[in-house]
Amino acid sequence: MSTLKANRDVCIGAGVCVMTDHAVFDQDEDGIVTLSSADPTVDDAVRGAVASCPSGALSIEE
Amino acid sequence: MAGTTGTVTPELPLHMKRRRFDPAPELGTMRDEGRITRIRTPLGAEPWVVTRWSDVREVLGDAQRFSNAWMRSRPMPGMAERSPEEIATLRAGNLLTYDPPEHTRLRRMLTGEFTGRRMRRLEPRVHEIVESHLDAMEQAGSPADLVADFALPVPSLVICELLGVPYEDRAEFQERSGRLLNLSVPMAEREAAGAEQRAYMADLVAREQAGPGDALLGTLIREHGDDITTDELIGIAGLLLIAGHETTSNMLGLGTLALLEHPDQLALVRDDPEAIGPAVEELLRWLSIVHSGTFKVATEDTEISGTRIPAGDLLLLSLPAANRDPELLADPETLDVRRGTLGHVAFGHGIHHCLGAPLARMEMRIAFPALLKRFPDLRVVSADPAEERFRSFTVVYGMESLPVTWGGAP
Repeated sequence: MSTLKANRDVCIGAGVCVMTDHAVFDQDEDGIVTLSSADPTVDDAVRGAVASCPSGALSIEE
Repeated sequence: MAGTTGTVTPELPLHMKRRRFDPAPELGTMRDEGRITRIRTPLGAEPWVVTRWSDVREVLGDAQRFSNAWMRSRPMPGMAERSPEEIATLRAGNLLTYDPPEHTRLRRMLTGEFTGRRMRRLEPRVHEIVESHLDAMEQAGSPADLVADFALPVPSLVICELLGVPYEDRAEFQERSGRLLNLSVPMAEREAAGAEQRAYMADLVAREQAGPGDALLGTLIREHGDDITTDELIGIAGLLLIAGHETTSNMLGLGTLALLEHPDQLALVRDDPEAIGPAVEELLRWLSIVHSGTFKVATEDTEISGTRIPAGDLLLLSLPAANRDPELLADPETLDVRRGTLGHVAFGHGIHHCLGAPLARMEMRIAFPALLKRFPDLRVVSADPAEERFRSFTVVYGMESLPVTWGGAP
């Protein structure tokens, strides 16, 4: 079981994740990452977003 | 422009050398052999040059081991000697010279201004600006200078409106930022340009503090006025103004030339609305107009892929070499706008990843197809490479000018 984690303290609001998969990721009005559901499915798009996150705010716990 | 002072043009440092669209072959060799070596720069510093994609990401991603803040305590090589207090004032608000937690504090005030949602609200105005410049080009008739008539003024007007900078002042601040970023200009003149730019911004910030407008500067003052110093506001405004018109403009100029030389890819970008998203990512990767991020300094004795880097040494990251690393993608030397590879480092990586990236992407997604639709038979006036004018000595690569023609004209 893989779980997606978003660390809002580390996020710099680059928005790369939202661009990659806007169904799973969003930004609040300060630009900081939010997840659209508590435990989204970890598919290839989500893995791509995690890998390209500039700040390292996203991670997957296996 | 080089040569305005009669001084000898310095030799271009290795990390800025290009052959038209391509980074110097030597950078690719260093990358493929896994070599990290020191190079000479005209400023006297001898930074280590990092070229592999994974190494560049490692350095950019670790702000603790590789700091940006060194410039705030000692002068750049070649700069006048200054007290630490003077340097601190000059650097205030320049996010590129900060480490966490100071960086985090300022960046967090700005991120909300550059979200995808914010950018979508700006899109109609960017469409208008793009179309009005295309109208002007069409009315003036062929030929035109794509840089002066389109690639530069569109992002320049956009960033002026976004920040709240009077667009009438553009001739002045474009000249100043050109001087500031040109390595062939003597350091004393570059510093003078920086000081003039700061004085201009100080006036602007004072006016906004007296009566905050609706644009970004006014918003910052209204919402964060108590948490941000005047010097920081001046620095932020200056950085965003330069970053906003020196980058997207070069992507539009150089990117258009690249597309003109790949007609099948140009047709795709012009005709298929789905093509532009991936095409922008590929143009960003392949052109990598920012030669390197700012210098980093190692905060401790460390290693990068087995090469020892002593504490206090400077590092330069070659973004074009990293973006053509076979580790990032197959066939990296080829431009193929059909792939939109993520993970490229054209906007950097780590906490200093380009704040304006969503704006730059949005501007390009609108500007390229609009230009190519308006002038479907756009072509360069002269195919003679001797007449091509690349901006070699500038921190951001691009074209000085790009004469283009269309329609029945020769």
